[in-house]
Amino acid sequence: MTVVPPSLRDSSVVAWRNLLNIKRNPDWLLSGTVQPIMFVLLFAFVFGGSLGGGRYREFLIAGIFVQTVAFNSSFTVIGLTNDLQKGIVDRFRALPMSRVAVLLGRTSSDLAVSLLSVVIMSLCGLLIGWRLRGDPTDVLTGYLVLLLFSFAMSWVGAFIGLISRTVEVAQSAGLLWLFPVTFISSVFVSAESMPTPLRVFARWNPITVNADALRELFGNPIRVGMPPPSSWPAEHAVPYAVGSSLVIIAVFVPLSVARYRRVASR
Amino acid sequence: MTSATAISAESLVKNFGTNRALDGVEFSAREGRVLGLLGPNGAGKTTAVRILTTLLRPDAGSASVAGHDVLTEPHAVRRSIGLSGQYAAVDENLTGRENLYMVGRLYGMNRPDARRRAGELLDGFQLGEAGDRIAKGYSGGMRRRLDLAGALVARPPVVMLDEPTTGLDPRGRMDTWRLIAELVDDGTTVLLTTQYLEEADALADTIAVIDHGRVIANGTSNELKSLVGGERLELVVDEATELDTAAEVLAGIGSDTPRVDAQSRRLQVVVNDGSKSLIEAVRRLGDSGIEVHDVGLHRPTLDDAFLSLTGKPTEVSGNGGTTDVAEPEGAATAERAEWGGRQ
Repeated sequence: MTVVPPSLRDSSVVAWRNLLNIKRNPDWLLSGTVQPIMFVLLFAFVFGGSLGGGRYREFLIAGIFVQTVAFNSSFTVIGLTNDLQKGIVDRFRALPMSRVAVLLGRTSSDLAVSLLSVVIMSLCGLLIGWRLRGDPTDVLTGYLVLLLFSFAMSWVGAFIGLISRTVEVAQSAGLLWLFPVTFISSVFVSAESMPTPLRVFARWNPITVNADALRELFGNPIRVGMPPPSSWPAEHAVPYAVGSSLVIIAVFVPLSVARYRRVASR
Repeated sequence: MTSATAISAESLVKNFGTNRALDGVEFSAREGRVLGLLGPNGAGKTTAVRILTTLLRPDAGSASVAGHDVLTEPHAVRRSIGLSGQYAAVDENLTGRENLYMVGRLYGMNRPDARRRAGELLDGFQLGEAGDRIAKGYSGGMRRRLDLAGALVARPPVVMLDEPTTGLDPRGRMDTWRLIAELVDDGTTVLLTTQYLEEADALADTIAVIDHGRVIANGTSNELKSLVGGERLELVVDEATELDTAAEVLAGIGSDTPRVDAQSRRLQVVVNDGSKSLIEAVRRLGDSGIEVHDVGLHRPTLDDAFLSLTGKPTEVSGNGGTTDVAEPEGAATAERAEWGGRQ
C-alpha cells in the first residue's frame, strides 16, 4: 500500500465520482431507502400484532437498522462489478493512483448511502412509535457502532464483487448469503427461542450482537415477552459488536486489496 | 539506443487457460514514433497492450515502457502512460469535464490544475460545448474523443491506443487520425493497435503484424507495402471452367501469378499500375471471349497482407502462426531478411 495521504486523496476522488453517479441515478437508491421502510412497516404491523405490539415495534427497529446496513453491502458488490465490467476499473488500474483507492472510495461512498438509509429508517421508526431513550452520548455511540458495522459489511461486499465471475453471479451471491445471516439472529425474534444449532450461530452472529448493542445504547427494551438474551456476546454487546466489525475489516481489507491487484477485467 | 527506445516487448508469453494469447511477441518503438500492432481479432494485440499498461502480468518475457520495467516498476510505468481502450472507458454518468477532472486528480494534479487541464482538452477535442453535458448523451465519436483526451490528461510521454477507430464512422476515423498525428508532432510515442492495414499505413512509422500471438512481420509501412504488393485486380467469371483460361490470359499482367478460387469463380492478381492494368485485363479477356461477371480493383486489406505473409487467409491460419513467411514474387532478398518471420 502507498503512503496514507495520496491513498486518501485518491479514495476521496473515487468516492466523489461514485456519489455523482448516485446523484445522477437516484433510482439506485430505491433499495437503500424504500426497502428499509417496507421492512419496518411489514414486520412492525404484520408480525407486531402477535409479537407484542408497540413494544415489539420498539424492539424491532434496531434490528431492522442492522439488517438494512448489512443488505447495503450488496451496493458495494454491484457498484464494483459494474465498474469492472464497464472497463472503468481498468482505466483506474492503468493510472498512477493508490491501489486501495478504488475499494476505499467505493466503501466510503456506500457508507454515505447507508447513512442516508439510517436517517430515513430513524424517521420512519419515530413515526411508528420507536423512541430513543438512551442518553445522547449513548445514542451517538449507537449510531457510530452501526456505521462501523456498515463499513465492515461493505468490505465483505467488495470481496464478493471481486471474486465473482460475472455481474449476475455477483448480484445473487451478494444478496443470497445475507438472508440466513440476518434472519438467524436477534433482528426479528430472540435468539434464545431457536433450536440449538441456530441458537449458537445466532448468539455469536455479529448481526445479533450489533442489534443487541443498539437496543442497549438506544435504551430500547430487549424483553418483549421473549426469552432474554443470555450469552457472553449478549452481555458484552457493545464491545463485541465493535470488535467483530474491526475483525471483519481487518480480514476483508487485505483480502480485497490482494484480490484487486490480480483481478482482470471481465 | 536504449535511451531512445520508448516501448519494448521481449518474448512475451501469456496463456489464458489452454489458450496461448501471446507466444513470444517482440516489438519495440523509438521515442516520438508510432508503432502499429496490426492483426485480426484475437491475434493478441489487446493482451500485449494490457501487459504494457500493467493490467496483466506476462507468464514469461519482459517489457518496458519509457525506461521502466512493467513488472518491477509498474507505478513508474503508469505515471508515464496514457491509455485509451478498445471500448471507451468513459464514466457515462459524469460530464465530459468531470471525467477529465477526475483523471487529472488521479494522476496527482491539484484541483485548479486538473480543472484547467480538463478545460484545455475539451476545447482541443471539440468537446467544449458538450463539456458540461453528461457523457451518456454523447455520440460514439464524442465518447471516443473523450476517452482519447483522458489518455492525454497528464501529457504522458507514451500513449497506448487500443483500436482507437473501431466502431467509428469514416468522419470520426479521420478526426481520430488527425488527433493522433498531432500527438506525434508533439513528440509523444504512440502504440496503436488496429485491424486496418490502411490505418497502420496512414499512422504508423513501424508496423508489427501479429497473428496467433506471434509477430509474423515487422518493419516500416513501405516495407510492408512492398511485401504485400499493390492493388488487387479481382474478377469473377461466369463459368468456372473458364478460370484457368482467364489465368493464362492474365499471366504477366501483374507482379505475381494470378490466384484462382474455383468455388467462388474468382481470380485475383496483384497489379502495379492500377487502372491501366484493369483496362488491359478487360481487353485481353474480351479478346479471348471470356464472360466476366464482376471485375474491379481494390487496395490490399489485412486479409491480403496475411495471404502474402502466411500464404493463408486470416480465417484459416490455424497452426499457431509458426508458418514460414511466404515470399511474394518480386520481393527483394534483403527485404526477406528484414521481414523474416520470427521463430
